[in-house]
Amino acid sequence: MNAHTLSKDASAEIIKLAVLAVGGQGGGVLANWIAQLANRGGYAVQMTSVAGVAQRTGATIYYVEMAPKTERLPVFALSPAPGDLDILIAAELMEAGRAVLRGFVTPHRTTLIASSHRILAISEKEVPGDGRAQSTLVEEEITSAALRCVCFDMETLAVEAGSMISASLFGGLARSKALPFEMTQFEEVIAASGRGAQQSLAAFHAALTYDSAQIDDTPSQKSAPTVDGPEILLKGWSDLCTQIEGFPNDARLIIQAGLTKVIDYQDIEYGKTYLGHLVAYKYTDANLTKVAAKYIANAMCYDDILRVADLKTRASRQTRLRSEQDIPEGDIVQITEYFHPRAQEICGTLPAGLGAWIESRPRAFAALDRVTNKGRRIRTDGIIGFGLLWAVSALKPYRRKFLRHRFETAHLSGLLEHAHKAALTDTSLAIEILQCQRLIKGYSDTHTRGHSKFGKVIAALDVLSGRPDAADWVRRLRSAALEDEKGDVLDGALATVHSFAS
Amino acid sequence: MAERSFAKEVQHLKIGAGETFRGEGILAITKALLENGVGYVAGYQGSPISHLMDVLADAQDILADMGVHYEASASEATAAATLAASVHYPIRGAVTFKSTVGTNVASDALANLASGGVTGGALVIVGEDYGEGSSIMQERSHAFAMKSQIWLLDPRPNLPSMVKAVGDGFALSEATNSPVMLQLRIKSCHLLGEFVAKQNIAPAMTVKDALENPKRDLARVVLPPASFLHEQEKVTKRLPAAIDYIRENKLNESFGPAKGKVGIICQGGHYNGVIRGLQRLGLANMYGDCDLPLHVLNVTYPLVDDEILNFAKDKDSILVIEEGHPAYIEQNIRAILHKAGARCKIEGKGPFPEAGELTGTIMLDGLSIYLRDAASELMPPVARAPNAPPILKMPELTATVPARPPSFCIGCPERPIFAATKMIEEELGPHHIASDIGCHLFSINAPFDIGATTMGYGLGPASASAFNDKTAGRRSISFLGDGGFWHNGLTSSIGNAVFNDNDGVIIIVDNYYSAATGGQDILSSRADNKSKSTKHPIKQAVEGMGAKWVRQLDRTYDVGKMQATLKEALETPETGPKVIIASSECMLNKQRREKPLHKKAVSDGKRMTRTRFGVDEDVCTGDHACIRLSGCPSLSLKTLDDPLRDDPVASIDQNCVGCGNCGEVADAAVLCPSFYQADLIQNPSRLDRLFSDWRQSLITKLQKRRDARRLVFTGDAS
Repeated sequence: MNAHTLSKDASAEIIKLAVLAVGGQGGGVLANWIAQLANRGGYAVQMTSVAGVAQRTGATIYYVEMAPKTERLPVFALSPAPGDLDILIAAELMEAGRAVLRGFVTPHRTTLIASSHRILAISEKEVPGDGRAQSTLVEEEITSAALRCVCFDMETLAVEAGSMISASLFGGLARSKALPFEMTQFEEVIAASGRGAQQSLAAFHAALTYDSAQIDDTPSQKSAPTVDGPEILLKGWSDLCTQIEGFPNDARLIIQAGLTKVIDYQDIEYGKTYLGHLVAYKYTDANLTKVAAKYIANAMCYDDILRVADLKTRASRQTRLRSEQDIPEGDIVQITEYFHPRAQEICGTLPAGLGAWIESRPRAFAALDRVTNKGRRIRTDGIIGFGLLWAVSALKPYRRKFLRHRFETAHLSGLLEHAHKAALTDTSLAIEILQCQRLIKGYSDTHTRGHSKFGKVIAALDVLSGRPDAADWVRRLRSAALEDEKGDVLDGALATVHSFAS
Repeated sequence: MAERSFAKEVQHLKIGAGETFRGEGILAITKALLENGVGYVAGYQGSPISHLMDVLADAQDILADMGVHYEASASEATAAATLAASVHYPIRGAVTFKSTVGTNVASDALANLASGGVTGGALVIVGEDYGEGSSIMQERSHAFAMKSQIWLLDPRPNLPSMVKAVGDGFALSEATNSPVMLQLRIKSCHLLGEFVAKQNIAPAMTVKDALENPKRDLARVVLPPASFLHEQEKVTKRLPAAIDYIRENKLNESFGPAKGKVGIICQGGHYNGVIRGLQRLGLANMYGDCDLPLHVLNVTYPLVDDEILNFAKDKDSILVIEEGHPAYIEQNIRAILHKAGARCKIEGKGPFPEAGELTGTIMLDGLSIYLRDAASELMPPVARAPNAPPILKMPELTATVPARPPSFCIGCPERPIFAATKMIEEELGPHHIASDIGCHLFSINAPFDIGATTMGYGLGPASASAFNDKTAGRRSISFLGDGGFWHNGLTSSIGNAVFNDNDGVIIIVDNYYSAATGGQDILSSRADNKSKSTKHPIKQAVEGMGAKWVRQLDRTYDVGKMQATLKEALETPETGPKVIIASSECMLNKQRREKPLHKKAVSDGKRMTRTRFGVDEDVCTGDHACIRLSGCPSLSLKTLDDPLRDDPVASIDQNCVGCGNCGEVADAAVLCPSFYQADLIQNPSRLDRLFSDWRQSLITKLQKRRDARRLVFTGDAS
């Protein structure tokens, strides 16, 4: 790059700034502030926007140009051009990424001010697995694409100050020193903005003085769970904990978590069963032990009415709900649960014999469904609603006798059988098989669909077992199954697998 | 009430001569109308001139004080027809709408208006929705001007030029007895700038004067033989008059040196873009002084032949810069030069792409290509051998950044309608679904993926007309918004379906406003509007059209009912259209209306309820089925601090407005019991407290009793 030729660009004296935001973020407020700032600073300024009124939640763009005021008015452009921006403000991380891709950020001149927080796009949220874009990759790429980069979570700073992200981004802009204006001029603009100026100033300063070093980025070291209960149960618990000592060091943490989960789900006896299942993995590859510990626990803690009733009536749930909903202790909150039990769930919660009897008789089943299958709103802050769920949760000691348990036990045996068989010859295949438990989640139809995907992947073992790339294929099938709801991607992958057999 | 209020800004409309007016382009245009003695204004909302309608609505009192009549038209056709007031009477009138869609709708009235001609200045202000941010098909308005002989103004995009164009437009219209179209692009409408104001002038003749002194001139009525005479008059009298006026009043402008080997002719609206391109090439300074002759067409139709010939004289070549396809101006200039036998070469859609927006990059590239070829000696080193930094290629970033299509707002009442439709399609199989224009068109995007076509405003059900076969085993479903319904859907869609006994299902999405354009009131709005008549039920109108099977749903959030009604409509043996009117207030407008009231009530100590929804993270299994049926922006994902979990769980953020859609969907689709509704009682009564304490103590007792018999883990996720 030759500095001499660049200086020929007569528009180089014009400061060009664009704001990319998601509709509803207040990008217009920020752009107006910047225009007012320029005005106060003795600059001629022009602002335009493409905030089409129909764009409620899509990407929006505001564009500002400014130059020192003289007797003549400069000719300003109305929209940003790639490679021709001095400052780019992005109100969300992926919007910053988009700005870079559009060429609005260039390493030789653009100062990038971006908030690193995420507003997930629908394409990221709707996949059955984890479809979220990789934030770290984007942060690295945008930093390398810019001359300077001011990038941290300005949304949280704004929310903490009781303001909007426009204020903290304005702080980020001031912090970057990319505009030739005094700090007091920034502050004057906010102060003159009227309502909420106090909070906006707080958010502005929070971004201005933000120190990433002071923020503890290391994940909080979880305190070991404390456990409380009757003496006899505590004794049982510590006995089981002692048994964990016998497992490889690496796997103990996850076994501890699994054990806690199954005991919390059912009882000490269930914990014993859990460790019993794990014995087979005691001397295998440590990874296999860990995976087994995780997915056996998950398979044992299937989601039934009892569990939901138990979780929804715990004291810890009330505490969490209040903190999530900003409801201080002492304030009154009414809680309505949205339930929709069907005959399947009722049968599952009946003694296995009776449940199976009804399920095998279509007319009886339909009759039960007619009575039960409808939406139910239950007030768990009230005595009746809470009492009802509490009573259901009290059925826990009988859970092992219920039809659902029979079904889930069979499922777990099947899973373990396949894993054991694979483990004899192919450890990594066993690991992949156990991980397929991840496919089973949700309730009702979602749960059924999960089971069907699981079944399809397991069935493919007939073709895959013995192949050197079997583990790889199971992993691929599993990821495919998590990509869409209906399982079209999985079916496509399965078609390939079945072509091996022919 | 519209989404954005200009109540404060419109006060500036009163400022007098010599004062500086600072504001958006649309406000400047309004001020210019007042400065030019306009007698009446009308229009139909739509980006980018929605706010012009909002400004006019908020300025009603100011307008009325000056004797200016303001009208919110039923459609663009109505708006254009309103200009009939200028046919016989010397009253200046202006109408505004979105182009080209609005111009399409208005074209019948515009053609009639242009045929008979006008006495008072008639100005059609079209908001050009073209290029980035546009939501419509990409076409040019230029063709309408040419076919109907309406003069087309395209001023330079700065406030003084735009304001001047309003005055020029009225004068040109009166001098030529023809309507004039003033084209404003998206970015000019939202352009923030300033200009020196003039004194407002009250109309010389008001609509009241005209009403009380009616006039009639048969020669202006479009009917043979006058219509044949109009056709002749347009080319023999009005066109030459227009050309003379444009030339004499120097409506077009020239910049740069008078002479040169090459020159540029551009549309006024692209002047800034051209200058920016030249600035970047080092051929113009910051203030627009350029090194080569530049002819700016503030009037793009008609062109002034001798102006063009004069500009072409002693030039080897000329570059014509115009946006969009077809290249009418380039063709016109070629014809002028050809007819005159001029030898100057013309370049246009060669260095520039045939179609599409003239972005900064395209402008720079087009100018470079042309000038490198035609006048390389003019070019500074930077331009002759551009050494611009290459655009970075970042394949990983490209693959990572997700698209962000516009979608329904938080708490939008239209979301449950499409959730129900999606569920019905899961149950009964896919249907042919016709969409319409409005927020509801967002249904075509994820997560709903519903809708096959969109054929124009109010034409959703009309576009399903052909699918009218009594022997078919499936019915069509079509959507229509309340805005489109009143615009023309009542006749074009409902009336047509009744008349042709179409068995299809029609869902009218009624959110109490013309919501997509910014929340303007329409006939069925439930708001009190001091100058408009509202609260006319859609149901009555539909029944009045003769529809027999009509269902009114007053709470769209009831997904189960929505689903059941849709199913009934698809299965009932009754013939003729099945019309479902799904009504709930636009949440954006509702929040804007109710939030301040709620706040005030709380601070006044009144007992109020604040509703929000939440997801129990330990009940949620992370399948995201709820998101696939909702797509609410406040329903997102979070990672749990639990080593036993793989997938993020659903989570509702604090922007939740408590509409209830997620809970209703979870119930109707039998998803999961993770959703709960939390109603915070603000300013509770003593009785509330008493009951609450009593309940809580009982609940605590039950919890303690259960906990005494089992192990209780704390400090862990599970």
